[in-house]
Amino acid sequence: MILAVAWNRLMNLRRDRAAFVLAFVLPVAFFSIFAGIFAGSGRATTRRVNLVVVDEDQSAGSRRFVAGLRAEAGLAVSLKPGDKDAEEHPAGPAYTAATAEQAVRKGDVPVALVIPKGFGARPLSFGPGNERVALRLLSDSSDPIAPQVVFGLIQKVAMTSMPASLARTGMEEVDRWSGGLTPEQKANMEKVLGAIDRESAPGSVTRTPAAASGGQAGIVAVDVRDIVGEKKRNPTVTFYAAGLGVMFLLFSATGAGGALIEEAESGTLDRILATRVSMTRLLLGKLLYLAGVGIVQLFLMFGWGALLFGIELFTPQHFPGFLIMTVATAIAASTFGLLLASVCRSRMQLVAVANLSILVMSALGGSLYPRFLMPEGMQKFGLITINAWALDGFQKIFWRDEPLWHLWPQVLVLTGLGALFFLIARRVARRWELA
Amino acid sequence: MSATALPLAIRDLSKSFDGRKALDGVTLDLSPGETLGLLGPNGAGKTTLVRSVAGRVVPDGGSLSILGLSPEDDSARAVRGWVPQEIALYPLLSARENLWTFGRYQGLAGGALDAGIRKSLDWIGLSDRAEDKTDRLSGGMKRRLNIAAGTIHEPRVLLLDEPTVGVDPQSRERIYAMIGELKAGGVSILYTTHYMEEAERLCDRIAIIDNGRIIASGTTEELIRKSVGAKQALTIDTTAPIPSEIRERLSRAGATLLGDGEGDRLQASVEDPATQIRQLLELLHAGHVGVRDLTLKSPTLEQVFLQLTGRELRE
Repeated sequence: MILAVAWNRLMNLRRDRAAFVLAFVLPVAFFSIFAGIFAGSGRATTRRVNLVVVDEDQSAGSRRFVAGLRAEAGLAVSLKPGDKDAEEHPAGPAYTAATAEQAVRKGDVPVALVIPKGFGARPLSFGPGNERVALRLLSDSSDPIAPQVVFGLIQKVAMTSMPASLARTGMEEVDRWSGGLTPEQKANMEKVLGAIDRESAPGSVTRTPAAASGGQAGIVAVDVRDIVGEKKRNPTVTFYAAGLGVMFLLFSATGAGGALIEEAESGTLDRILATRVSMTRLLLGKLLYLAGVGIVQLFLMFGWGALLFGIELFTPQHFPGFLIMTVATAIAASTFGLLLASVCRSRMQLVAVANLSILVMSALGGSLYPRFLMPEGMQKFGLITINAWALDGFQKIFWRDEPLWHLWPQVLVLTGLGALFFLIARRVARRWELA
Repeated sequence: MSATALPLAIRDLSKSFDGRKALDGVTLDLSPGETLGLLGPNGAGKTTLVRSVAGRVVPDGGSLSILGLSPEDDSARAVRGWVPQEIALYPLLSARENLWTFGRYQGLAGGALDAGIRKSLDWIGLSDRAEDKTDRLSGGMKRRLNIAAGTIHEPRVLLLDEPTVGVDPQSRERIYAMIGELKAGGVSILYTTHYMEEAERLCDRIAIIDNGRIIASGTTEELIRKSVGAKQALTIDTTAPIPSEIRERLSRAGATLLGDGEGDRLQASVEDPATQIRQLLELLHAGHVGVRDLTLKSPTLEQVFLQLTGRELRE
């Protein structure tokens, strides 16, 4: 008897494709996406941190140090725009402190390193009170991991690529605290240090795996400055307001779009189409409603965030951009809801397809885990989703304080998707129009 | 819109679904102010015909016009009303909100819409329940609201598809009264139903459809005369067995005799009931046989339907 009950449920599950998808396909799809994000599509490698390096010192020591950084497997170092690896050397001017800062502000790289003049002469120190030249690390704290990785690797590279400097500084310390070395001892030491310098010259540095990074922190002085988020009151909240806001916008749009299926099932749609309302008018009316609800939803999300968590929404710099992005996002999400509703044959099917597509889009598009922390391939792949374009737009407004016109790619793509989804939905909805 | 055009003119209409003919050359007219009943067994083509008039089915062949207009024409939509068989309303909206919705969908606005809603609520007797959610109304109330949603724009041609299905006798009477008012207002109605008595009572003319074809049309009397004839059915039950000499005389008078043990039953088809009943009663009296029961029945539409289609209406 008990087996019969279980067998009956199993037979039902076989016929109910929606439940089948929710039970088996969705979890596997979701797992695969997160596995891809965290494990680099199955390979257990850490993502490389993009780093812009500006060498203002141009000394032998600083060049050795830069070469050491370029040899690090955990870093993708650029000295010029478009130059991401030690093997590539595009023409054009090298980054300056100003252009490097701009690159971080624009979100091209999460960290930039400026090696100031005099670094090569006095790069290290072992104790407090010593004069040393501090490196400047310009970071975008929307990526909290990158500056820490770079900080650690700077210390390691200083130790491995500048052994002579390390030894020379050590010798100076001995000289200072031991009462002084004899001229003969100093001459011998210089001879050895010269040999070390020759051995560790650029080109003889071997690439070390990122996993082996470590070393003593603090040998090289580094001033870390968060140039994007430094003036923000509560920077991470804007990310989550946008991420979750867009995800729930998609959920509510598909849910409300399902009214179309209910109308078809109850016979109300038939009745409406016999009145003076055409299918195009009906879909436009529904789009107006869905987009209106979506706009209110995002206003609520960000308004609440402004009230409680310090999102800077009601400022002349942010509000117009927010308005534009909200409308564009709401249009894309609403038409997506209409599209799913017109394609699906039943409410149950809609629920399954919506859950599957929205959760996958949210994972890929950065609603659940920031896209800028994903491997580069995943970041690019994420651009097939509404979420990614919407979040990029909101990030430009709230995080990078970019001017309004910088939103054009996001607005164009979102409204373009909106138009495309609407046209497909209209085409598919012909099945309801006439028999 | 032509002033002289018929409310509904259907010529040789045909429609097939997946090779199966749903309509096979239907020709039908609806005159101004007329109520035409459309009767037919399930699958006969009634729904396809009504949906064609409603503009929801595109025929494969033939022609169809509403007051001279194509059913998909915007002007035709304005003069046509459709009350589908399903309760096609928004269950979470109130009666007033449903009427507002369908009034707007039919192009009403402002004062005309307000007046239409008020008038409709009065007409269907739901003024005091106007703000109640539709899913909290009784089955009969929903049916009435369903009719009002299809007539709020005061159409000149109305399609009523089984408007009394599933309602109690009291609500049905109320709906009959509403339809009576529409008829009195000069609305031309195409009425599909499963109820013979409803068709006989409300319709000026009846068309019987079977296998996608109109197989007969006319008034009830005309249909009866043309199919089963005008004879009435007489049945007499006697208190005792009829003596054999009387039996012979009764048979000669056209009666059929059936025994039931206690008494006898006598059946006859009569064209002139007054003369023939008197003659049969006199014969029974002569044989000293008493009468227990006597019934005289006119032929019904049910019999016509059975005769023409070979099926009961509800098959």
